[in-house]
Amino acid sequence: MAFMIIDRRLNGKHKSAVNRQRFLRRYRSHIKEAVSDAIKKRSITDIERGEGISIPRKDVSEPTFRHGRGGRQQQIFPGNKEFVTGDKIKRPSGGGGSGGSGDASDSGEGEDDFVFELTQDEFLDFMFADLELPNLVKKQLMKTDSYKLIKGGYTNEGIPARLNILQSLRSANARRIALGGATRKKIREAEQKLEELQADTDVDAKEKNSTRIEKLNEELERLHRRIKHIPFLDDFDLKYNNVIAHPTPSTSAVMFCLMDVSGSMTQDIKDMAKRFFILLYLFLKRNYQKIEVVFVRHHTSATEVDEEEFFYSRETGGTIVSSALKLMHEVIADRYPANDWNIYAAQASDGDNWADDSPLCRDILVNKILPKVQYFTYVEITPRDHQALWYAYEDIAQGFSDRFAMQQIVDADDIYPVFHDLFERKTS
Amino acid sequence: MSKPKAPSGTSNSEEEYLGAPNNQEDNPEKTPEKPTPTVKPRASSQKHKGFIAEGSEWTFENLEAYESEIARVAENYQLDTYPNQIEIISAEQMMDAYSSTGMPVGYHHWSFGKQFLSTEQNYRRGHMGLAYELVINSNPCIAYLMEENTLTMQALVIAHACFGHNSFFKGNYLFKTWTDASAIVNYLLFAKRYIADCEQRYGVEVVEGLLDSCHALMNYGVDRYRRPSPISAEKEQLRQAEREEYLQRQVNDLWRTIPKKEKSAEESVRRFPAEPQENFLYFIEKNAPLLEPWEREVVRIVRKVAQYFYPQRQTKVMNEGWATFWHYTILNTLYDEKLVSDGFMFEFLQSHTNVIFQPDFDTPYYNGINPYTLGFKMFSDIRRVCENPTEEDRQFLPDIAGTNWLDTLHQAMQSYKDESFILQFLSPQVIRDLKLFCILDDDKKSEIEISAIHDEHGYNFIREQLAHQHNLSAQEPNIQIYSVDLRGNRSLTLHHKQRDRIPLDQDDAKEVMKHLHRLWGFDVHLKSIQDGNTTAELVCTEDTLKQEVSDAVESDLYD
Repeated sequence: MAFMIIDRRLNGKHKSAVNRQRFLRRYRSHIKEAVSDAIKKRSITDIERGEGISIPRKDVSEPTFRHGRGGRQQQIFPGNKEFVTGDKIKRPSGGGGSGGSGDASDSGEGEDDFVFELTQDEFLDFMFADLELPNLVKKQLMKTDSYKLIKGGYTNEGIPARLNILQSLRSANARRIALGGATRKKIREAEQKLEELQADTDVDAKEKNSTRIEKLNEELERLHRRIKHIPFLDDFDLKYNNVIAHPTPSTSAVMFCLMDVSGSMTQDIKDMAKRFFILLYLFLKRNYQKIEVVFVRHHTSATEVDEEEFFYSRETGGTIVSSALKLMHEVIADRYPANDWNIYAAQASDGDNWADDSPLCRDILVNKILPKVQYFTYVEITPRDHQALWYAYEDIAQGFSDRFAMQQIVDADDIYPVFHDLFERKTS
Repeated sequence: MSKPKAPSGTSNSEEEYLGAPNNQEDNPEKTPEKPTPTVKPRASSQKHKGFIAEGSEWTFENLEAYESEIARVAENYQLDTYPNQIEIISAEQMMDAYSSTGMPVGYHHWSFGKQFLSTEQNYRRGHMGLAYELVINSNPCIAYLMEENTLTMQALVIAHACFGHNSFFKGNYLFKTWTDASAIVNYLLFAKRYIADCEQRYGVEVVEGLLDSCHALMNYGVDRYRRPSPISAEKEQLRQAEREEYLQRQVNDLWRTIPKKEKSAEESVRRFPAEPQENFLYFIEKNAPLLEPWEREVVRIVRKVAQYFYPQRQTKVMNEGWATFWHYTILNTLYDEKLVSDGFMFEFLQSHTNVIFQPDFDTPYYNGINPYTLGFKMFSDIRRVCENPTEEDRQFLPDIAGTNWLDTLHQAMQSYKDESFILQFLSPQVIRDLKLFCILDDDKKSEIEISAIHDEHGYNFIREQLAHQHNLSAQEPNIQIYSVDLRGNRSLTLHHKQRDRIPLDQDDAKEVMKHLHRLWGFDVHLKSIQDGNTTAELVCTEDTLKQEVSDAVESDLYD
């Protein structure tokens, strides 16, 4: 018996990837809805994870002609226990029983939703669909640390591994035709003459002809030898695939997280702020290869801290927002020259500020920071009425609507919608 | 499905008196040298009794050893098969294979993605194990084995798929007449390329929409009685351009608007098509007025694929029953020959029992009659009736009682499909074993009635009813293309022949009508007819479609 065992385990396993994408595309709107629901429910730590999505089964069904319920139907079942012929039973309510149309057992789950899992990537795709970074004038850093090798035609020199056989043979063929051209022409002429002589039936010229034929034959032989001497493949026929190292521009961005940590900021508010920052971070990460994050926290004075301290340490005291803005300006001047870096900033606060400070904040933002950043967002996390800072910023928002945005967050459910609003793709 | 490993104690303790395991692995290669491996030469000629392989982990060597042993036994049982091509794949690949409904290469479509997602979901959640194998009706016969399977499972699967299903594909009359095992893989490859080409040229969404429509009519895309011409990828490709042109010309002819000479009155009432058509996709491919040539080709591809799967849909019970019967018989033969260990048998029997488990109708697991159970029980029962018939068997199955069981079994496999197989061979014994009973559900009565149970009065009725239930043409509504208004608005009329007042599922039918409208391009009517009276009518016109679109847009606006 002829048979074969083939190990296919190393073959690609994502044969269905295309079909999967097609499915996701088709049910885009359903999935988006589910994703934004899911984001509301997520806790801070697992924002970057796949998600189970469910779509009403009716919406994904593929219709066929089939029997519906009704009429007179008979069906066989296994596992009779106490029934005897002629027994009458109440019709079970709400389905089951005799669907009759071979489809009763279609899924075993009846009208349940169609449930499946999105991968983390797909999840983020849907999460950030329709969002874009405003002012994406990319400041490209031509850091020469990344090259991409791309094909660049053929060269005459190279390593054997890159030998291009087709091109080499082509060029050899061309050379052989070119070099042998003249000789072949002579051959053709000689052959023609030979034919003429051999066809000549004139008896008188016979002797003369025979010597000429001999000569011609010699000549032909010489010419053929010459053609044979043209080499089939010569050194300079060899062509190699050329590979060019193409420097790829690496785009980098820096993200400033500014947060008020004064006594009025409770852990809840900080949690919400953190969620907002994480969203922004994930979003930026999808647009930039390299991203640095600078955490600045402030009460009456501002300090640059690491992530852990930023989110979890607690300070008390009053609030002077301008201190953070000043520090941010210093850091930019110091480490992130604006023509090399794409700068984004997000500021979170509960709106408290020392009353006299708010105009100062406005001045710093307008004169020093806004000219240098791509986008500055301000979220105020408070259920209470706005204070001076909000109104001061509202002035800015009117003047710099292209690179400054502000929103209010009342509870955790607002975070994603607010984020969505801040970065919504604007049709211009 | 994670299988418990075979108890390692068994294999260890056996090893000592086995002698060198190498002996056995050499042996299978010798068997082919003998001119005709007639009656079990293996066990008797062997001095050292020994198992084919040890342990629960499979290797390529012991897979081969099992394959040759199983092949030898299968040949003794006269199983005639295509050459086997066994492919080892991973679980992910199995899910891939699964979701393309068993086509080794398939064109892209979202519905396969949906299938994949739900398979993946069920697998991850542990709701469902993956199939241990997947076998494709092709020559050579391709069987996928999962790498996660234990050695015992692989042996089971080889016996089941590579010899059971394989011989069924080769021997059953439906497969012989309707499918061409040697051409299918190439044809599918051609189909995949063609559809990918179309996507490039006309856009993914356009092609997807067309495929949606074709899929909706897939069950009505088969010739039930006429034998289809064999398919071949090369010929398809060659003829394709030619055909496109020719078809278009024909269609144009049908819809010629330049007036011909005046027709006689009789001729003008001539119905088109002359006979009602059951193969919708064929009719559309040949006659739909507005389709582009490439669209006709896509319709044709779906039709060919449907035709290829048609025999499988009609022989589920037989095919699975046959394969299950043979893995059971073959592995038991190996056990009788002392080629496999007790541990092997325990593990095998556990899987086997799972496969043929039939939950009762009143348990939550009940999901219809398990084709494995029914098929296995019936084939085993045929053997019993042949070998040890009772008085009852002689009365119910006089033709086969006491005959040679192997011949009878082969004959049954070759010449029947599910419906006729059950009608012919379902014995009272099997009906009693499964405790089958029949329920009559009449919407005119307030209660449902038990119309028959597994007793003397019920056997024949249950047999007929179960056969009827496995008849595809009874499962699917009987709908045919009745006429086309050639001289008027080109509308298409379908007739649904209703039986026992069973209606169509209206929601689905409406959707399918839309798809049909898309393919046909003009109004579509569907009449349900019972005893000559029209009981229901569905219409799908340009206007109804527009209405729905504007509704949808409105609801979008309010969202």
